[in-house]
Amino acid sequence: MEIIMAIAAGILTMCAVYLILSKSVLRIIIGTGLLSHAAHLLVMTMGGLKTGAAPVIKDGITQYTDPLPQALVLTAIVISFGVTAFFLVLAYRAYQELGTDNLEEMKGTDTHD
Amino acid sequence: MINLPLLPLLIPLITGVILMLFPNRLRLQRTFSLISTFLTIVAAVYLVYRVRQDGILTVTLGSWPAPFGITLVSDMLSALLVLTTSLLVFFVVWYSIYYLSDLHQRFYYYIAVQFLVVGVNGAFTTGDIFNMFVFFEVFLISSYVLIVLGGKPAQLRESLKYLLINVISSALFVMTVAFLYGIIGSLSMADISQKITDINQPGILSVIAVLFLIVFGLKGAIFPLYFWLPGSYQVPPTPVLALFGALLTKVGVYGILRTYSLFFSHQQEFTHQILGWLALATIVIGVIGALATRDVKQILIYNIIVAVGVILYGVSVMTRQSLEGAVFYLIHDMLIKAALFLLIGVMIGIAGSSRLKDMGGMIKDYPLLGWTYFIAALSLAGIPPLSGFIGKLLIVRGGFEAGDLVGPFIVLISSLLVLYSVMQIFIRGFWGTPKTYSGPKRHLMKQLLAPALVLVAITVLYGVGTEAVRPFIAQAVDPLVDPSIYIQAVLKED
Repeated sequence: MEIIMAIAAGILTMCAVYLILSKSVLRIIIGTGLLSHAAHLLVMTMGGLKTGAAPVIKDGITQYTDPLPQALVLTAIVISFGVTAFFLVLAYRAYQELGTDNLEEMKGTDTHD
Repeated sequence: MINLPLLPLLIPLITGVILMLFPNRLRLQRTFSLISTFLTIVAAVYLVYRVRQDGILTVTLGSWPAPFGITLVSDMLSALLVLTTSLLVFFVVWYSIYYLSDLHQRFYYYIAVQFLVVGVNGAFTTGDIFNMFVFFEVFLISSYVLIVLGGKPAQLRESLKYLLINVISSALFVMTVAFLYGIIGSLSMADISQKITDINQPGILSVIAVLFLIVFGLKGAIFPLYFWLPGSYQVPPTPVLALFGALLTKVGVYGILRTYSLFFSHQQEFTHQILGWLALATIVIGVIGALATRDVKQILIYNIIVAVGVILYGVSVMTRQSLEGAVFYLIHDMLIKAALFLLIGVMIGIAGSSRLKDMGGMIKDYPLLGWTYFIAALSLAGIPPLSGFIGKLLIVRGGFEAGDLVGPFIVLISSLLVLYSVMQIFIRGFWGTPKTYSGPKRHLMKQLLAPALVLVAITVLYGVGTEAVRPFIAQAVDPLVDPSIYIQAVLKED
């Protein structure tokens, strides 16, 4: 099972890298979304996918899944959610101000202070 | 005071939360942030004193025993870095009161600065690798806000790139932690350090070491991962740039220093050699950039990259002497970079432009600014009585003693070229034919110069008082050379 999940995370990373290397800002943001999916999936997989009950204490159950990666993923999800929200608003503002969503056209080194 | 290591985090955190309640009361915002950053300095000084007295201090949050709960660890290295951070932020806040427009300050500027301090101090203090990721995100998100605040087209453009690079490196950080967790099964840094020697899987651990190098290298701007830095650091206003240049890259350097001394000591000939070559390449790239440009901001921005290279070269040699040099140079560089950015901020404020061709003959009207800059520039290059000397001396000596003949020469030649690049600013900006200036902040010269002057005075004291600082640095290097001190302090096995 871990092998399938590792391949899935790999494919997600592959798509993310492809999208991040494109020119349009929105495609890049979709790419970062896929990249964080891949990272979260990897955390779950690396914790081990052995079968067991959900990590809620109940009588009569001796084997649980590892609760630590789930907590890590939950933290990483909200962080990437916050950053993605900021990224989307930033892209929207940049589109309004610069009039383009093409990264090739966002060049120059003029100084502002 | 068992919770002492928490204080430098809690004070800015609580201040940040309180400041959110009245974003429009500017006077109150300023006094509050000044008082709280001053209190942070006091707490940090007391923390250094206590660590000097009692050795490494640890706090286990919620009283869960060490490998299971989150531990905050203040050894001398992290205490000194926390102190340096608090000092810098105090001066930068003082400077921004005059430098930034009221409108700029009204939009949650001080709140973002406070949260930046929380993140940086937290990253220096934490003893848990995932917790370090969280603190990295805290200061990164604050830095996103600070870099884009103002909303000029160039800022929007460059912060898109800055944000993208950091999102990618954060995802890589999570993946690396996942790999490490898959192999070790623990997140506490002391516990990992203990188990990593027993596990004896050098192949996969070297891969993880290189992954950590990529993650922290992206934050700390080493070759070939520095490409985002010159553009991104060009756009924010100078006080923000001083914060970024002094603190953010150094957190990446600290990450490398910590992981490479604590975790990856099993295959040094592979991992530390890679680090050494990359550090030297970083120095070369930084020097080329600093010599090529005629823009005062860009010259100093490329000097950040040079300094990162010099510190990491000291780390890669991994002898006691070179590590002492690296820690000396790390603290010196944080102080002097902030001071230099504040000084050129005054120059830009007078001239109204950051290009050298718009400046000239400033020494005539602004002698104090000129000679302060001169001292700061000599200090950056490492002229003996000043603060940059002893760190570089120890790094170079450590390199020679480890049998490396190329590295120390590159470090020495880089000092010369760094001196040349910053003297360009002095020669072209302060000498030459005087010009009439109509920059927007000429009348604020005195108020702006005061914090920069005090900061330069502190770096001079740091250089002159090397003998007094030395025992602290030696104590900071102890757990880097011998991780068992760190492990024992955290896991309390006796």
